[in-house]
Amino acid sequence: MKRFLLPLVIFVVLVGFLAVGLTLNPREVPSPLVGKPAPAFLLPQLHEQDKTFSPSDMAGQVWLLNVWASWCGGCKEEHPVLMRMAKAGEVPIYGMDYKDRRDEALTWLRRHGNPYPLTAVDEAGRIGIDYGVYGVPETYVIDKQGVIRYKQIGPLDDELVAKTILPLVQELRNK
Amino acid sequence: MIPEIGHFALILALCVAVVQGTLPIYGAAVGSSALMSIAKPAARGQFILVLLAFCCLGYAFAAKDFSVLYVAATSNSHLPLHYRLAAIWGAHEGSLLLWTFILTIWMVAVTLFSSHLPEAMRARILGVMGLVSVGFLLFMLTVSNPFERLTPAAADGRDLNPLLQDPGMVMHPPMLYMGYVGFSVAFAFAIAALLGGNLDAAWARWSRPWTTVAWCFLTVGIALGSGWAYYELGWGGWWFWDPVENASFMPWLAGTALIHSLAVTDKRGGFKVWTVLLAIMAFSLSLLGTFLVRSGVLTSVHAFATDPKRGLFILVFLAVVIGGSLLLYAWRAPRVGLGGGFDLVSRESMLLANNVLLVVAMGSVLLGTLYPLFLDALGLGKISVGPPYFDTVFVPLMTPAIFLMGIGPIAQWKKASLPELAMRLRWAFGASVVTALLLPFVLGKWTPLLSLGLLLSLWIATTTMVNIRERVSHLVGNSLMSCLAALPRAYWGMVLAHCGIAIFIVGVTMVKGFEVEKDLRMNVGETATIGGYTFRFDGTQEVKGPNYLAARGIFNVTRNGQDVTMMYPEKRRYYVQNQTMTEAAIDSGLLRDLYVSLGEPLEDGAWSVRLYHKPFINWIWGGCLTMALGGLMAVSDRRYRLARRRERQEEPEAIRSEDTSVA
Amino acid sequence: MRWFAFILLLIPAMVQAEEAKPLAENSVAEARLKQLAVELRCLVCQNQTLADSNAPLAEDLRREVREMIAKNMSDQEIIDFLVQRYGDFVLYRPPWKASTTLLWIGPFLLLIGGAITLVMALRRRGQGLADAPVTDEERRRVEQLLSQVERRS
Repeated sequence: MKRFLLPLVIFVVLVGFLAVGLTLNPREVPSPLVGKPAPAFLLPQLHEQDKTFSPSDMAGQVWLLNVWASWCGGCKEEHPVLMRMAKAGEVPIYGMDYKDRRDEALTWLRRHGNPYPLTAVDEAGRIGIDYGVYGVPETYVIDKQGVIRYKQIGPLDDELVAKTILPLVQELRNK
Repeated sequence: MIPEIGHFALILALCVAVVQGTLPIYGAAVGSSALMSIAKPAARGQFILVLLAFCCLGYAFAAKDFSVLYVAATSNSHLPLHYRLAAIWGAHEGSLLLWTFILTIWMVAVTLFSSHLPEAMRARILGVMGLVSVGFLLFMLTVSNPFERLTPAAADGRDLNPLLQDPGMVMHPPMLYMGYVGFSVAFAFAIAALLGGNLDAAWARWSRPWTTVAWCFLTVGIALGSGWAYYELGWGGWWFWDPVENASFMPWLAGTALIHSLAVTDKRGGFKVWTVLLAIMAFSLSLLGTFLVRSGVLTSVHAFATDPKRGLFILVFLAVVIGGSLLLYAWRAPRVGLGGGFDLVSRESMLLANNVLLVVAMGSVLLGTLYPLFLDALGLGKISVGPPYFDTVFVPLMTPAIFLMGIGPIAQWKKASLPELAMRLRWAFGASVVTALLLPFVLGKWTPLLSLGLLLSLWIATTTMVNIRERVSHLVGNSLMSCLAALPRAYWGMVLAHCGIAIFIVGVTMVKGFEVEKDLRMNVGETATIGGYTFRFDGTQEVKGPNYLAARGIFNVTRNGQDVTMMYPEKRRYYVQNQTMTEAAIDSGLLRDLYVSLGEPLEDGAWSVRLYHKPFINWIWGGCLTMALGGLMAVSDRRYRLARRRERQEEPEAIRSEDTSVA
Repeated sequence: MRWFAFILLLIPAMVQAEEAKPLAENSVAEARLKQLAVELRCLVCQNQTLADSNAPLAEDLRREVREMIAKNMSDQEIIDFLVQRYGDFVLYRPPWKASTTLLWIGPFLLLIGGAITLVMALRRRGQGLADAPVTDEERRRVEQLLSQVERRS
């Protein structure tokens, strides 16, 4: 008798998984770099081209690395959020201009505002690959020891910033 | 106005479907002929209403009515008429309408060809189909309305995805859906049998032709999809184990198991409970496929645009229909008797083993397709499962099944002897093994997989010949031709279908073993040789299409100095969506395909070009078509056409047409 | 005039069909790239391999892999490089891990399960049925019918 119930049982389990699956995003690729040291790089800056930037410059601080580009629609969406964060000054946000053209990037920042103390330029996209970037915008929270503690794939919004990012920054600062 | 008529027709159809799905089933339970007789006119009424809705949508497309949101999203004023009409099923809402429309076509077919069925059974079958229809109509009317208006109307549409502007788009979805939806008939038969408690050989005999025809359509549909991907996508691939491809392949595997299982239930009265479960499984997999493609749970090039609400609706529908039928199964199946007995070695047990292998293969495909979802849902990370997994897993599972294909048809019913079978097949086995081992050397390259593929196809071919020879030798007298002609069509159907598989295996083996690809940089006037053919690039010219601008390459193909053909691959830019598409040039032949595809323009008029020589690739789809033809031939057997006449004839006549085959 | 005709005759020789060169500079390395790229996933596409995709990120990744091949890194090292950055998602051949054990041995387990169920069902069936013996009356009838069949065919 019980063996006739087996197909139904298997089906119910399957439906359970499918229901959970409806809440997930199959295209999101979580980063294996969370909990690992931020990959080192030495990139030229956007505004002052003879200067460079490296994550080691930020040792001892908790900071955000925001990967963006002038051709990216989602970046435009999240930019006001970044501007608000920069104004509030709770955490420094450093930009990385990904596979972009310098003149277009400069124009874009001029038009939409510049929340970054400085922006590094990754023209070829190689550093992006080191950071596992596959779609801009992406934002990393990096702690005092230079370890990546969180990665946001896609645009930031105010709720995420208030509920996840800022509390995490606070926690990392207290360590 | 017309879209509103279409919308209203769907609402009416829903009402009719509700009536059709409830009253006849209730009538069958209480024995009320009046209630049961509602089924036929209800089904026909639904057909008329859904046909009306379908025509209204078609009219909106033909008339370029961009005030309908669906038309604006998938069509364009420059889109040629035949693609505007094919765009009816170009996206989610319209393809659901196509699904429902095809369901009503099958309903009408049941009303036309079911006069030999008991009234209660017919009422239940149409009732179950009506309930399925309720689900789809409700789905359309709530969250997927193809007639939704766009205000203000768009000036022009967003155009059909250029990848879909192709003859394949006209044929592939309708064929595929005919298959998917056709399994609902087998499903309805199974539920009707469980409800009525009459699960016998007669039930199987009635159910068989419906299931086989649906299976034929699904085979053709999948083959068309594969062939379309081959020539459309530009890199010569024809199967990627993509989730949506798997979603069509799983019902096919279950359907194949089902037609074999039905054969046994028909001939020997065995496997009754298992056959019912398979019928439920085949249609459940069709519905599951519908869910996977539209819910956004899996990533695929074929997936429709997703919306969580839609996914939830289908999941609930799935849970109700499949959960309900499996519950019914758990309740009623234990009461069904066992049917004829048979030995551990017999044709029945081999067919059962074939079923097990097919179902295990189907389960493995399901496992691989859903595993990333399982892990993600459990928070265990994100993985991808692709062709390397499926190829590794599928071939070892299918190999024993194909091996059994040779032995099953010649084994006796009820009791067979392994040593005796081995004796009868020793020549076939020996010839196959020796040829399979040596032939690759003759062809120029030896790998284990190459030999395995050849062995399997040769095994099918040689055992089929042994089978035919034995059958003919049992018929006394007359010429060989008349003996062959005397064999029933159902038998030839089986032979053709099995040979179709052999042809398919040859195609796959040869292509994977011997295909050659070259990525070249070609200047005007330069040549390249591949597979013995020499290609000369004669430059490009600009060509204007109805809704695109193309750079057309000119290639002159020769072999040993003799002209073979000219080939014109194109690189098209479609205006509306601003998409660039590669239109490969393919010269098809029985024994090989030549495939040229343009890459990117380089300096000085040079282009990056990809050339392929693909031997025997058309045997892949040729094999599938042969399989489908075999199925059709089996369905056209005298047995079904004389079904009514036979009832009145005497037993001896019945015994003469009763043969010892599975078919 | 004669030298003009002579040059005209030379033109076909100069325009002789030349063999096109492979697109890649190093065909051995390219073959290796192809072998690897066919099993790697394009992360921004809707289910395509790294070999087939035209997306910018795919081109970048192919460039990276080409450079790693040029540095003589082994296949496993290249795969590790990509997995370090993108996770197991980038592999179309799922790695053998604790979480994927069920995936890889699942089909095998299903097969064994199916075989056991089959044998058990057959045994149960054999026990549940007894052969009905054929009576003499039935035997006579069968012979009568068989002789009728022979006469007709």
